[in-house]
This record gives sequence, structure tokens and C-alpha cells, in this order.
Amino acid sequence: MIPGAFEYHRPKTLVDAVTMLASLGEDARPLAGGHSLIPLMKQRLSAPSHLIDLAGIGDLRTISEENGALVLGAMVTQRALLASALVQVKAPLLIEAAQQIADPQIRALGTLGGNVANGDPGNDMPAVMMCLDASYVAQGPKGMRHIKARDFYHGAYDTALAAGEILTAIHVPIVAGQGTAYEKLKRKIGDYAVAAAAVVLTMANGKVATCSIGLTNVAPTPLWAKDAAAMLVGTTLDAGSVKKAVAAAEAITDPASDGRGPPDYRRKMAGIMLTRALARAASRAA
Amino acid sequence: MNDMTPTREAREAKLEGMGCKRKRVEDVRFTQGRGNYVDDIKLPAMLYGDMVRSSYAHARVKRIDTSKAEKVPGVVAVITAETLKTVNLAWMPTLAGDVQMVLADGKVLFQNQEVAFVVATSLQAAADGVELVEVDYEELPVIVDPFKSMAADAPVLREDLAGKTEGAHGKRDHHNHIFKWQVGDKPLTDEAFNRADVKIDELISYHRTHPSPLETCQCVASFDKIKGELTLWGTFQAPHVIRTVVSLISKLPEHKIHVIAPDVGGGFGNKVGAYSGYVCAVVASIVTGRPVKWVEDRMENLSTTSFARDYHMRTEIAATKDGKVTGLRVHILADHGAFDACADPSKWPAGFSNIITGSYDFPVAHLCVDGVYTNKAPGGVAYRCSFRVTEAAYAIERGMDILAQKLGMDPAELRLKNFIKREQFPYQSALGWEYDSGDYHTALNKALVAVDYAGLRAEQKAKREAFKRGETREIMGLGICFFTEIVGAGPSKNCDILGLAMFDSCEIRIHPTGSAIARVGTKSTGQGHETTWAQIIASEIGIAASEIMVEEGNTDTAPYGLGTYGSRSTPVAGAAIAMASRKIKAKAQMIAAWLLEVHEDDLVFDIDRFQVKGVPERYKTMTDIAWVAYHSPPPGMEPGLEAVSYYDPPNMTYPFGAYICVMDIDVDTGVAKTRRFYALDDCGTRINPMIIEGQVHGGLTEAFAISMGQEIRYDEMGNVMGASFMDFFLPTAVETPHWETDHTVTPSPHHPIGAKGVGESPNVGGVPAFSNAVNDAFSFLGSTHIQMPHDAWRLWKVAEKLGVTG
Repeated sequence: MIPGAFEYHRPKTLVDAVTMLASLGEDARPLAGGHSLIPLMKQRLSAPSHLIDLAGIGDLRTISEENGALVLGAMVTQRALLASALVQVKAPLLIEAAQQIADPQIRALGTLGGNVANGDPGNDMPAVMMCLDASYVAQGPKGMRHIKARDFYHGAYDTALAAGEILTAIHVPIVAGQGTAYEKLKRKIGDYAVAAAAVVLTMANGKVATCSIGLTNVAPTPLWAKDAAAMLVGTTLDAGSVKKAVAAAEAITDPASDGRGPPDYRRKMAGIMLTRALARAASRAA
Repeated sequence: MNDMTPTREAREAKLEGMGCKRKRVEDVRFTQGRGNYVDDIKLPAMLYGDMVRSSYAHARVKRIDTSKAEKVPGVVAVITAETLKTVNLAWMPTLAGDVQMVLADGKVLFQNQEVAFVVATSLQAAADGVELVEVDYEELPVIVDPFKSMAADAPVLREDLAGKTEGAHGKRDHHNHIFKWQVGDKPLTDEAFNRADVKIDELISYHRTHPSPLETCQCVASFDKIKGELTLWGTFQAPHVIRTVVSLISKLPEHKIHVIAPDVGGGFGNKVGAYSGYVCAVVASIVTGRPVKWVEDRMENLSTTSFARDYHMRTEIAATKDGKVTGLRVHILADHGAFDACADPSKWPAGFSNIITGSYDFPVAHLCVDGVYTNKAPGGVAYRCSFRVTEAAYAIERGMDILAQKLGMDPAELRLKNFIKREQFPYQSALGWEYDSGDYHTALNKALVAVDYAGLRAEQKAKREAFKRGETREIMGLGICFFTEIVGAGPSKNCDILGLAMFDSCEIRIHPTGSAIARVGTKSTGQGHETTWAQIIASEIGIAASEIMVEEGNTDTAPYGLGTYGSRSTPVAGAAIAMASRKIKAKAQMIAAWLLEVHEDDLVFDIDRFQVKGVPERYKTMTDIAWVAYHSPPPGMEPGLEAVSYYDPPNMTYPFGAYICVMDIDVDTGVAKTRRFYALDDCGTRINPMIIEGQVHGGLTEAFAISMGQEIRYDEMGNVMGASFMDFFLPTAVETPHWETDHTVTPSPHHPIGAKGVGESPNVGGVPAFSNAVNDAFSFLGSTHIQMPHDAWRLWKVAEKLGVTG
């Protein structure tokens, strides 16, 4: 559990960080909270020669509201997120999800940017961000660009982030009247989900007006269950419709087999979590 | 001065003797980060060792190239089996009479087996060196399933045993067979089964798990070439045994070996044995002349330094149709991994598994155990239990529930019907033990009343009907366990470790001013001996516990003892402490008689003093007496006030308890919630009720972990799966149920203070209670036995098979 040798850098500005990442090349990795990268380094499964710690860049720690969206700096910790009155009011789903990430010690260091950027299918925030239709701001040597969360995840640890790019912020659209819920089944505090489901919906006249569904840790990437959500629009969330939508959501899962259970179990649990999240989200919709 | 004498109650309270909820004195340093653990030891010029480990579970080692590693700056030496052969240490003896490779000699037999030891000036350099040791392997077929171990065409695992048809415990039937051990009367047992009205026959497996103490195994070895002396600091539960073993295998004279166990962060059996890392650190220190530290990491701990359980118990019970048991027949297949490094008393290859008749009056029984080799880590330690007692308790307690189900009887009623009765003690069991004392009916009845058992059964009945009507997705289970343990190994007539009789010892020195130091042959790994040992002495000789320092773990100062495991500390060392105290008290009485000018028989001991019978104002306190012992002892008497006692117990002790678990299981997810857990323990005389409660809480938490998900898994290739706390289930306070504790007191008739030991009872009794609750929940759906661990996905699979998932 001793990492290989590496050089540690702590730039003070984003520009410096991007320049550094470009000049140090592929052996360099940005470091956020470190809760994914450092365990891998300790096991020597990852051996970057340079770590560029983003902790010194104050601009990445802000939370604000701009043009109808919440803008969350990449270095906002889960703890800071949970403490934000703005987030509590504007995006309660993020609070609910963050509360279920790991434990208080990890939430004190783990960051939102790190959680969404490294492409670990076990992380909770990616599916939540897909569900909320968030977009990520990436800063690279060629400038800045926005990437939709729904387009970001290509495979396990494989994302749309290009070499030399740093994810700097997350934009979450603020929509009034939404009912949201995040249901996570896990073996214990600190564990990744066996399966988890995020739901965002709006209701009109007792029927689902809009619906979005995200699924965590039941495939090599987080999932946005587009078809399942579409099937629910116009329904009253009656048992039959829910059952069909859940089946559609289960059908797009491709869970791994590990200590959390075999694939058939985890697929089914994705469905159970979705069923429960739908009921709770509906009860919260205005 | 006599006018100032405090009341008896005040004097009693000041002692903080037996029965007092005395706060743990060691916690003052532990809670302030002032403990002193092995990894806190830093010596000048100290080197660090790190292991190269096998990627394969079974492979021939074709070549080990250490040249690149040796060139890493800071690397001082790379030790392989070839190096060890020059000092005849490539293999080492195990506690079970087998031999074990220290470093891979020609082949590897389990994944992560120790292959080479890199020694460097820093941890980082050692780890860099490990990366660069090149090993060529040629893969061999792997055996993971013990049931395939003795197939005719099974690969030969232990080539070193080729042609050996006799092992340490008799005849070997197959090249992967270790031993066959049988006890009981087979013909009579078979006859009971032939005559039985009702029989059950179930394979009850207890999966492989690991004690996983907070502090992993580690040591610092420092060899002084000038003096020819070795000092070995280590995480040892039995430091004296380690000293003797080191002397025997290193040929260093025993007086030149100093073994010191400083504060130890949990043991649970994991720190009884001797591991490759210790031997390599010692050899490396001898070779380099510098101190060498070896600290294993969590993955190394979980995957290599021992394991627990892996017992597969075919359990048969014969009974009359009205529920009286008439015979027990058990065959155990014991998976010992690659080497038989099981930590049992030497003559007991399957530990005390013949306690398997449990708390019941079986007229006849037969037990047969076959130990086999597989490509898994060696070990087989008693994970917070006396040797293999938890496995035995699990089989019989599960078996009784299965029998109750078959008879259509309530499991509590079946137990009450078959208990050994109070008047039958001392009781001779069909498998050879003499149970010292017990009052099982009182204990179980108290438990049943405490939880309102009848009310819970009625609630369960209603819930089952509601479930059938589709009104709820939850099922409710009630798990009862009534365990009898056998602890306190043990009497020299039947217990030894490598020939060392399993006594224990205490030396007490009273200082002139009336305070004292006690040194004991045991070693606390968290049990609180510094607190409780002082309480025994306080009650026995009348010096306040706060005036008594307890010291353990240094073989130069402590009298020889066999260490702490198998709940033996209180039954054996606790008795030695009482006996040493009594020697001191006897001398103190002589001094008091001389001072008070009366005959010794005219004195009576009263809390902290000897007083003249009928004249309580004439007395001498222990403080008075201590001063006289060093200042002006009676004519002809040796000065000083100290004593040593070595205690060879006449029998084991037999703690018991009644545990009841109430559980609700969500059939849609398989998630089980423990609604209530009640634990009644009878450990005889209670030395410190608060420590007992803490011990019970800790042991129950382990039992919860083991039964509900804690497991060392292997895939078919012998890859160990999930040997980290990401996967290995170690519950946090959030998952852990609330524990209700209770007790009865049935003292041990043969122990000087009547104490029986308690540390391991909750692990032994907790596992069957949890498993029985799970099984009870599913029983109305037609399920008979569900194998552990009962994690959510496995319970969901059970529900799915029974056709009740959504």
C-alpha cells in the first residue's frame, strides 16, 4: 500500500493547472479529493509521475446561481454541497444523493468534480447529473467547452474529457415543481451501491408531465434510462405502467458480478430502487 | 485513627474489586492516542521489509530474479527461500504438527503466498523493490472446493509430503488428506439412528472468514550481534510461546531472546500463530545486523495471515416423535488451506469440536472430522472462540431448529425438553467432556420472558398471514440460540501447545508502601486485563485496584504463560492471579497475627484488613502489613511480600447463554433488519460487569458481521476476492443492531473465584441466533436450511427460489 514515486504540484490558478497538465503530458493526473485515485496509486494500479493538486485553486470551490442554473465548482466537497442553503432549495436531489455517498470523513474531502469526472461507475453523482440534465465545463489547452452529462460517459473510467482537459464546473438546470428522489441500496456505510436510481419528474393533473431516470452502478457507465422515463409520461404511475417502465430500465442494465451480488440480482435491484424512487418523487412533485 | 475509620461500604468501594463496573484504565492512553503499538517503534538504522507475493493459487516457481530489485536505491537485501535454506529456515513448523513454507520453495500453494522479502532503508524503497522482483510461474491446476480435494484424480498439492501416509494425527487416506479424527461411539450411535422415530440430516456449512483485527500483524526484529541477542517486538497474543518457537527454529538459546508484545490492537485469534513475515524479519535482522520492521497491510492480512472457519458439517440428529433427542452423528469436512497451520492445542486437530452435543443430553454421539488441503491460505484460527467451538455451536443450534421444524415443535420448547438438567452437573457428555456447572432452564426461561417470546410468535403468525394475503413484503424471523462453550484451555492432562502444558501464571509484588505490581502470562489485545486483573487482586488481598499495576507481554519480566485466546485468560490466568494473591494473603495473615499478638486463626479478613474476631477495632490493613513486611518482619520470617503462582486448571469451564434475535426481511431486496437482539450470558462470577457488557457488544457485532455477510471468497482459479474493507463486510455503528444484555450467574465449582470467561461467548452464540432468525423467517415458505453468509443478495436468491420475490 505504498504508491510509486511521483512529483506533487499545487498550482494557484486554473490557467497554471491547465498549462502544467499540458506540459507534463500523459504521466500527469489532476488530483481533486483523491478518494478514487490515491487508493489506486497505493495498490500501484495507477502510477502517475505527476499529481497536479487542484486544492489551491479557490475559484473551483464556489457555488452560485447563474441564468437559471446552479453552478457548482469542481472542487466543491460533498460536505460543502450538503451545507449549501442554495443547493438545498434549488436541487434537493443533489443533497439526497450526497448524503448517501460514503461517510462523513470521505464527504469532507471528496469533491463533486472528482466524483463525476473519473468515470467510476460506482460513483453516485454521474447518474444524478444525467438525470438532472447537467452539463460539465471542461477547460483545456484549446479553451473551454461544455459537455452534457448524458454524453460524457463512454465506458468504465472512459469519459469525453480530452487529454489535457480539467473539469472545472457543473451546471445544473433549476426547474420549479419537480419531485425528485434517489434510492440507493448498499451493504453498509461507505460502500458503493448494489444499485441506485435517481428520478426527477413533474406532475400535471395527476399525470406525469416530465420524467427523467438515472441508474448507478448497474453497468460499466452510469445510465440515463430515456425510454423507461418516456413510457411514464402521461400515466398516473399506476402499477401496470410502472412495471413496464421498470422492465425497460432493467433491460438496459449490464451489472458486474462482485461481492454486492450477481448480475441478475443487481438488475432486479435497479428496478426495485426505481419503483421506490418513482413513488417518492411523485409524492414530492408540486 | 480508628475513629476515622471509613464505613465498610466506603472501604469496599475504594477497592474497586470484583463486581465493580470499574472504568478501563488502559483507555486513558488509548483514547488519547498514547498507546504504544508495534508500528510506533522506531529504532536507529531500522530497515523495512515488504513481501513479494504469488499472483497464482497454485504454480511452480521456475525462476526468481532479484537482480533488478537489488539495484533499487535503498534496497539492502532480497531474501528468498534459497537464502533461508542457508539457515535452515525455508520451512517452519506449524502449531498443528505440519510444516509450512516461509518463502515459496519450488512452488506456491495459495494466492498471495510469500515469495520473497525485500529489505530496504525505507518503506517506499522496499515497495519499489517488490515491484521489480521477477518471478516466472508455471500454473498448476487449482483446488478451491474442499469437497473436490480428495477426488482420486485431484492434483497433488503438497509434494513435500509424497509417500507420507502418516501425518501428525494419524493415517492419511489421500495425498490431499491431513487427518481423520473420530470421537464417540459409532456402533451405539448408528443403532440410535436405526431406532429413531425422527431424523434430520443436513449439510451445515460455516464459511471461511477472517478475524480482521484493527491492527494487522507486524513485528520489529533487532538482532544484537555483539551480545548474540534477539529482541522481537510483535503483535503477539502468546509472547512466551513465540519465544520458545523462535528458539526452537532459530537455535538461538531462549535466554537470549526477548519477546515483547506492546499494546496490541485486537487479536481475535489472528495473532496466535507464527507467520512468514516474523521469520523473514528475524533472518533479515541477523543477516543485516540492523533492526527490521515488517508491517502487513490490510489486503495481506485478510488474504494470507490465517483465516477462520471453513467447516462443512453434515449434521444428523435422531429423536423420538415427541422430541427427545436420542443420538447425534456429525461428519465435518475441514478445509485447512495449503498448510495445516490451525491454531489448536497440539493433540486436538479439530479443536474442541466435540463440544458439538451442545447444551443437550444426548445419550450417544459420534463425530468424525476429515481435514484436507486446498489452494487457500493456511490458518484455521479460533476467531474469537475457543478452538472450533463456534463451528460446533452453529451446527448443533441450527440442527436443533431443523429438528423442531420437522417435529412441528417450537424451537424453545424442543430445547427446554432436551437440556442437561441442573442436577446432572458435573455432566459427562457423550463425546467426552465433563461440563462443570449450568442452569440452562433458568437461563432460557428468563430470556423467553424478557423478550415476550409468546407475544413475538403471535405477531409472527399474524405477519405470515398478512404476507400470504399480499399486505406486506416483509417476513419476520425469531432466532434462538442456546450455546454451551468450552473454554479455558487447559488442563495439562489434555492440552498442550508443542508440548508446553497450557497452564498460566501470575507474579505479584506488594511494594513497601502498599501498592503493587502484578505480572501475568497472558496478553491483553483489548480485553482490559490491566483493569480486571487488578480487580481480582483487590478483592483477594484488599489493596485498591487503583494501587495495582498490571503488566503483560514482556517475556523477560512476565512469568511464563500460554497467552490470551480461547477465552482462557480468566479461567486459567485469572485463577493463577487468585492463587498468587492467596499466597500473599496467607503471609500477610501471619504478619498481622504477630503484630496483633493473636493466633492466626483468631483473625478474620475484612475487605482490606485482618481484624481480630469479634474485636473489629483491632486490625491491621494490608498497607500496614506491607510496610512491616519490608521494615520489620516477624522474627524468622523472610522479608518481602510477593508470590508467584502457576495454575494448571483441573477442568475447562463451560460458559453458556441464551440469545434471541428478532429479524425482519424485505423479500424484494433481501435486506434483513435486526429489530431486536437479546443476549443473556452466564459466565459464572462476574469480575467487571461493564467490561463483560463491552465484550458482549463486540462479540455480537462480529457475529452479526459473520452471519450476515463477512466472508473470504475465492473464485475457481483460487483468486481471493474482496480482501479489502471495500468488500469484506466490517459493519459500522450504522449497520450494527442495538444489543440488550442480561445475565444469570452459575459459578464454576472448580475455579478459585468461580469465573468462566466471556469474551468469546457472543461470537459463538451470536452467529447461530442470527442464522436461526433468518432461517425461521423463511421456514413457513418451505425452506429448511439456508447457508451463511446471509447477505442481501443471497437472501433475495432464497426468496426468488421460493417464488416470493416481486
